[in-house]
Amino acid sequence: MAYISSGVACSHVPALGVASDSGISGDDYYGPIFKGFEFSKQWMAEEKPDLIFLVYNDHCTAFDARVIPTFALGCAAEYQPADEGWGPRPVPVVQGHRALSAHIAQSLVLDSFDITIMNEMEVDHGLTVPLTMMFGKPEKWPCPVVPLAVNVVQYPAPLGSRCFALGKAIRKAIESYPENLKVCVFGTGGMSHQLQHERAGLINAEWDARFMDLLVNDPDKGSQIEHIEYLREAGSEGIELVMWYVMRGALNENVEEKHRFYHVPASNTAVGHMILENR
Amino acid sequence: MGTKKPYDDIPGTIVFDSDQAARGYHLNQFCISLRLQANRDAFKADPEAYIDNFPMTPQQREAALNQEWNRLLELGGNIYYTSKLAAFHGINFQGLAGLMTGKGTQAYRDMMIAGGRPIDGNRYKSEWDDK
Ligand SMILES: [Fe+2]
Repeated sequence: MAYISSGVACSHVPALGVASDSGISGDDYYGPIFKGFEFSKQWMAEEKPDLIFLVYNDHCTAFDARVIPTFALGCAAEYQPADEGWGPRPVPVVQGHRALSAHIAQSLVLDSFDITIMNEMEVDHGLTVPLTMMFGKPEKWPCPVVPLAVNVVQYPAPLGSRCFALGKAIRKAIESYPENLKVCVFGTGGMSHQLQHERAGLINAEWDARFMDLLVNDPDKGSQIEHIEYLREAGSEGIELVMWYVMRGALNENVEEKHRFYHVPASNTAVGHMILENR
Repeated sequence: MGTKKPYDDIPGTIVFDSDQAARGYHLNQFCISLRLQANRDAFKADPEAYIDNFPMTPQQREAALNQEWNRLLELGGNIYYTSKLAAFHGINFQGLAGLMTGKGTQAYRDMMIAGGRPIDGNRYKSEWDDK
C-alpha cells in the first residue's frame, strides 16, 4: 500500500528560482539561503520518496481571474513549467501519476472535499521553486509529483482548519492506494511577507517562529489561526501559510522535526523551511 | 461596499476580496494578458489601442497607462496581476515594492536586508495616524 513518510514545508519565492537558473545561488545575497537547504538535499537523497504530493498556489498562471478553484488537484500525466512573463523556467517537465491522482480525486470527493480536477495544467514557480530547493538542478526530477493548487490569491483562502482536515483526507486517500509508494508531502509558500501597497516589506520573525512551533507540536491549535491574524501579523501574502496545514494534516499527530531553516530576506519575503518525519 | 470588514483597519494594505475582485476584473485580465509575448508586443506597439480591448473604467485605464501602482490596487487590481504590468516595464517585485512604499529601490532593499518592515507600529491604521 502507499504510505506517507515525511513532510516538507518550503517557501516558494520566485527570486530563488531565478537565482538558481541564472547561477547566482552562491552569491552573498542568495548563498546563505541555499546553504540552509544543503542538509535538505542530503536528506532527500536518503529519504528517496517514490512520489511527492505537492501543495502550492498558482499565481494567476494556470488560473487567471476567469476561474478560481479553491482546491484543484492535478490529474495529468505531466505538467509543463509555465511562462510567467519571462519565458518558462529552464527546469525539467514535472511528471505526474495519473492513476494515483484519479484515486485521490475520487476518494476526496467521497470524503466531502469537492475538489476541482485538472487534466491539463501548467505549473508556475509555486511548484517548481520548492523542487529546485530540495533537489537542485537535476536533468530530470527524481520522482513524479501530484500537485494540489490552493487559491490564496483572492480572499478568502480556505481556512487553516479546512486545510488541516483536507490533509487528513489526502492521507486517507493515499493510504488506500494499492501500489507500494513512499510519499513525501510538500506544503509551500510563506512565510511572513507583504508584496503590496504601502506596508509592503512586512516581516514578522517572531510570529513565524511561533507558527513553526505550533505546526510541529500543536497543529490542532495552529490550524485554528484566523485569517485576520495571518493578514495583520504575517502580511497580506503571508496567508499562503494555510497550505502548510494541508501537509501537516497528512502527517502523524506526532512528528519529528528533522530540520528547520529561517532566513530574511529573499526579495520581499521571509524564507521558512522545515522537514518533518512521521514518528 | 458598506459592510465593515475586519481587515479594514490594517494600514497600507488592500485585501483583494470578492468586492475588489469584482471591481478589478477587466483591469486584472488586462494585466495578466501581458504574461504572453504576443500581447506584450501588441501593447508596446499601441498601448491605448491594446488596453481598449479591456472594458475597464476610465480611472483604471488611466492608472494603468500612468503606472500608478497603489491606485491600481485601490481600484481592484491585485499584486500578482499588476506585477505583470510592472514586469512589462522592466520592474521586478522588489522594484515595485520600492515604488509602492515610496522608499525607492535601494532604501527598500536595504530595509529588507536589515530584517524587513517591523510588525510593531504597523498592525493598525491608528498607529499610522501621525505619519
Ligand atoms: Fe506564492
